[in-house]
Amino acid sequence: MSTGTAILAEGLRKRYATHTALHGIDLEVPTGTVLGVLGPNGAGKTTTVRILATLLAPDGGRAVVAGHDVAREPREVRRRIGLSGQYAAVDQMLTGRENLVLLGRLLRLGRRGAEARAQELLDRFGLLDAADRPAGTYSGGMRRRLDLAACVVGDPEVLFLDEPTTGLDPTSRNVLWNVVRELVGGGVTVLLTTQYLEEADELADRVAVVDAGRVVAEGSPDELKRKVGTDRLEVTVARPDQLAQAAAALAVLGGRVPTVDEDAVRVTVPLEHGLDDVALAASELRRRGVTAADFQVRRPSLDDVFFALTGTAAKADSPTQEGADER
Amino acid sequence: MTVTLAYLADIGALAGRHLRHLRRSPGRLFLVTMTPAVMLIAVGYLFRDSITVPGSSSYEDYIMAGIAAQVALAGVGPTALGVAVDLRDGLVDRYRSLPISASSVLVGRALSDMVTAAVALAAVCGLGLLLGWRPHGGPLRIGAGFAVLLAFAFVMLWVGILLGTTMRNVEAIDGTGALILVVLSFLSNAYVAVSGLPNWLRPAADWNPVSSVISVCRTLWGNQPPQAAHGGFPATHPGVVAACALGVVLVTVVPAALRGFRRAVER
Repeated sequence: MSTGTAILAEGLRKRYATHTALHGIDLEVPTGTVLGVLGPNGAGKTTTVRILATLLAPDGGRAVVAGHDVAREPREVRRRIGLSGQYAAVDQMLTGRENLVLLGRLLRLGRRGAEARAQELLDRFGLLDAADRPAGTYSGGMRRRLDLAACVVGDPEVLFLDEPTTGLDPTSRNVLWNVVRELVGGGVTVLLTTQYLEEADELADRVAVVDAGRVVAEGSPDELKRKVGTDRLEVTVARPDQLAQAAAALAVLGGRVPTVDEDAVRVTVPLEHGLDDVALAASELRRRGVTAADFQVRRPSLDDVFFALTGTAAKADSPTQEGADER
Repeated sequence: MTVTLAYLADIGALAGRHLRHLRRSPGRLFLVTMTPAVMLIAVGYLFRDSITVPGSSSYEDYIMAGIAAQVALAGVGPTALGVAVDLRDGLVDRYRSLPISASSVLVGRALSDMVTAAVALAAVCGLGLLLGWRPHGGPLRIGAGFAVLLAFAFVMLWVGILLGTTMRNVEAIDGTGALILVVLSFLSNAYVAVSGLPNWLRPAADWNPVSSVISVCRTLWGNQPPQAAHGGFPATHPGVVAACALGVVLVTVVPAALRGFRRAVER
């Protein structure tokens, strides 16, 4: 492999008793960049991360992380990585500081070194005020930040973040994104799994879309979004007989022709000019006396990405895959 | 050499984590101590005049070794629970992603749970002294009795670790732990002499290694009634049976627990 590649996966396969989780995953992440692995529950994101982080042995294929083969030199890999799993893995009974000191000692920083490192990280992640409270009293966002601090105690070259913001409120999510950006600014390579297109968009240089154990698309967020399309305005009218009026009103936007869904009494049109289009549509509907029961802007969702990329709906609700793979 | 030292330091750091838990939430210690203490008061004190053990002049003396052995049995559930919760919450994943040995995680737990067992044992025996239990014999023999109990506790906590890595379901672990405690202690000579049990149960209680451990401890503490030495092989050679049983359990359970732990991480 070239020296510029921090994570390389070639044909990773993994079978469980009941199903095959990975059907040959290929990934390449250049040093110092962020790869977003996007996919629904059960797609194989967590399995991939666990293999790359040496927790799980693949049944086929190989992976090289930070210059070392995960199967042959797991200990060398572990010296150079940080892992943040799906659930913030902090000891709730220990204080934030004690959590970090313990990891520092396990990473052989020595007692003094571990204490100094803990202090530095608590400061950097905005946890100094809560440093000596048990982590069980932290909010979800604080716990996630502590979890992230815990993965960087050993100054890793490569970070694996498995759905780092799942279950967080928008503010905590933003704070966490900033923390990740800072780490990347410091030269760390990040592989991040997510179910949110927005998150991949915010953080990732490149995105790999995974579905049913395969990489179905790869590219920059912009490339992916181009495939998915733009934001759309959806107007549901209060009276079915006004549907034609509403369609005429939205046609004024000058972009593409609105699509009319008679069953849902809804008209949808792509938004080419953002807020200006929204304002224009609102005044045009009013001018024509159309009563809107619902008026909303829809962003492309993960479902849309999947629809655009694979032509099938995301299989997020397949119970067997979800249960077995994502634990 | 430095590798060994690093290994020991890891174990120390991880054991320190559990000891912090113990200080912060003494409930766990309470769990391990409560059942034996309640049994000591309920059976050893309230029923002491109703239960007679052939050849024994003091029921408090007779029951103490059995109660002390219960401390080791009571620890199985909490140990298993601790292991299962660490697996569930992803802490084990975090430790396994560090460049440390997998076994240090479990050995760290085993050591700290030994501290729990020792403290619980001291508390229960302290209560026993208050209620009238008296060991007879030199300090060496009394100490040896405690050493036997701690060895028993060590073996049982590995049983707990195995349970935690393989069962993982918190409710199921709770139930199994309680079952182990009740069955193994009632089906032994802890409360009554084996001769006082229904005929068909006697062989099971006789060969129950817990009976042997209790007999050894009772003898070392000078609490063994003279008649107890009459009976089958286990009754006449409790030391041999106890040593063999504990040895066999240890050499089978420790590797199984380590394997179960690796497999649990791989799920």
